[in-house]
Amino acid sequence: MPERIEWRSAQLHSVRDLTPDIRLFEIAPTGDFVAPTPGSHFNIVVQVNGRADVRSYSAVGLSADRVYRIAVKLLRDSRGGSAYMWRLPAGAQMTISTPGNHFELSRGREQYLLLAGGIGITPIYTMAVALAQAGANFRLLYGCRRRQDLAFVDELQNLVGDRVRFFVSEEGTRINVDEEIGRLAPGSELYVCGPIGMLEAAKRYWSESGRPIDQLRFETFGSSGRFASQPFKLKIPRLGLELNVPANQTMLETLESVGVEMIFDCRRGECGLCALPILSVDGIVDHRDVFFSDEEKATNKKLCTCVSRIVGSSITIDTADRAI
Amino acid sequence: MAEAKSFPLNAWYAVAWNHEIKHELAARTICDQDVVLYRRDDGAVAALEDACWHRLLPLSMGRLKDNQVVCGYHGLVFNSMGRCTYMPAQKTINPAANVRAYPIIERHRLIWLWPGDPALADPAKMPDFHWNDGNDWVGEGGAFYNLKCDYRLVVDNLMDLTHETYVHVGSIGDEAITSTPFEVTHTDRTATVTRWMIDIEPPPFWAKQLGRLGRVDRWQIIYFQAPSVVVGDVGVALTGTGAQQGDRSQGVNGAFLAAITPETDKTCHYFWNFVRTFRKDDGLLTRDIQRAHVNDGRGVYDQDHDVLEAQQKAIDRNPRMPFYNLNIDAGALWARRKIDNMLKSEHAQSARASGEAAE
Repeated sequence: MPERIEWRSAQLHSVRDLTPDIRLFEIAPTGDFVAPTPGSHFNIVVQVNGRADVRSYSAVGLSADRVYRIAVKLLRDSRGGSAYMWRLPAGAQMTISTPGNHFELSRGREQYLLLAGGIGITPIYTMAVALAQAGANFRLLYGCRRRQDLAFVDELQNLVGDRVRFFVSEEGTRINVDEEIGRLAPGSELYVCGPIGMLEAAKRYWSESGRPIDQLRFETFGSSGRFASQPFKLKIPRLGLELNVPANQTMLETLESVGVEMIFDCRRGECGLCALPILSVDGIVDHRDVFFSDEEKATNKKLCTCVSRIVGSSITIDTADRAI
Repeated sequence: MAEAKSFPLNAWYAVAWNHEIKHELAARTICDQDVVLYRRDDGAVAALEDACWHRLLPLSMGRLKDNQVVCGYHGLVFNSMGRCTYMPAQKTINPAANVRAYPIIERHRLIWLWPGDPALADPAKMPDFHWNDGNDWVGEGGAFYNLKCDYRLVVDNLMDLTHETYVHVGSIGDEAITSTPFEVTHTDRTATVTRWMIDIEPPPFWAKQLGRLGRVDRWQIIYFQAPSVVVGDVGVALTGTGAQQGDRSQGVNGAFLAAITPETDKTCHYFWNFVRTFRKDDGLLTRDIQRAHVNDGRGVYDQDHDVLEAQQKAIDRNPRMPFYNLNIDAGALWARRKIDNMLKSEHAQSARASGEAAE
């Protein structure tokens, strides 16, 4: 749904660490208050390498007290947004948008399954709060690598009781996604936010079970791949360019930084506008988008430059800088 | 603060007679929101935002295919929940691609839509409109779509029937209305105007319906449910037969029904009916009563229609001139107070926050 987002100046009210690398930010906006709906995100102006940039973070909770909350995971190989956020002291001035929503929670379904992996808990947590308030029938499965990575454990147990189950892969407990999907009544909906591997598994089992694809809802900020982000070399013979893509920059940003004209829209691997053809690759393409199908990704003919990367030494791509 | 609307969004509003919504796309503007309605094969009514996610072309310009809407521009397909199920020239679907789907209830022969926060769309908040069901009360009814006035002017009109004396001379108008005192009572979401005219000559319309000679007691009990449903329990009974005490057996009882839906700040849709409990099987009478209300400009509602649109025009041309209120406006003022209270609690969410975040 088209929505109008407005900017607000705000004050960082307080910060609190939920896990060793997830920090909760309580932000008091000025101006007319617009409450987030489940699945909403806020855009926040961050400073990265001395330049203003914008990052999106999911709303945590429904802000009945008129305070916006987000949870930010400190990513060592991030593009710098999370590091900036983590440097902010309580009381800092910020610029935050009113909430937008690309991941709306539908009301009135018979049954819901919520699936969260890692920092993907943030929108899912808010959905669980809303569904619990509405007295809906739902289950929440929340997986992390290590036990200390689990956020909102007490809050969730208090709010939703035994509707939530926690999984810690390091301890050998794993979410059995196909079994969980199999148990759902017809017409149920699945909401997923987590690493691309979790999402792809959910999508696969969902379609294998013959359920309507529109009843699997997901959101991705395109930040996670199958592999950790690494630097690599980007070659564009048509333009005679050889660029270094650092671990904390996307291919799209690297191309823009040297003045290669690009078109794009979502910058999170959904719309496919920034996709470019791959000529050759010395390494593995880590497709992090949800635009290409599994089959298309397997051919390695194109990649979404806003999120996808390679693990290896270099990739050679083409651009559209030609008359015909 | 953004300019406040004159209508609450968190309410059920009538958007169509049920027979009007078929397996085809129908566009309506409801509370400044463009909506496309259609009936699915299973009978359920779907209501979607009438703008394609992609390039905003009204979806109502597209077509239905297997209970889904195909955009008439680039062929994106949206199901009845508003979710995109097909995008041209790609193998996947952008998960953000949705149009808004509105909660719908089909009840009392009308289709009702909730334009506000879907999480608050509680069927228990449906106004009582059972008079329109066609069982104990019968009538045909109709709709003025795109009536060019603020919906509250229609509420004003119905909450004060003094106007009958002047607008509806020769049918239901009567001097007794203006000379009889009335009482206004109210609850949280309702206001009721009660007027009993005892021992009067019946006006022409009622004399005809009663079909008996003699003086009558006439009643008008007008029941408003915020934000915009009005039901007027009206009738006459032979005087001295105890109608006011509860025995209406020596009279005839009708009810005018109004579900008024804001289209924009200055236009509305007016769903109306006049139903009765007498001679229920008399189809000819049903037809006659229908024509007495709307008849190519000559019915009583046609008369109201002209007055309401002229009034809105005058308001637009005199933007700073307030209304002056008379004693007769008590019912309308209580109704407006109930609307204002709804608006206040709805806007409290956005208004109260200002300033809280100041350092």
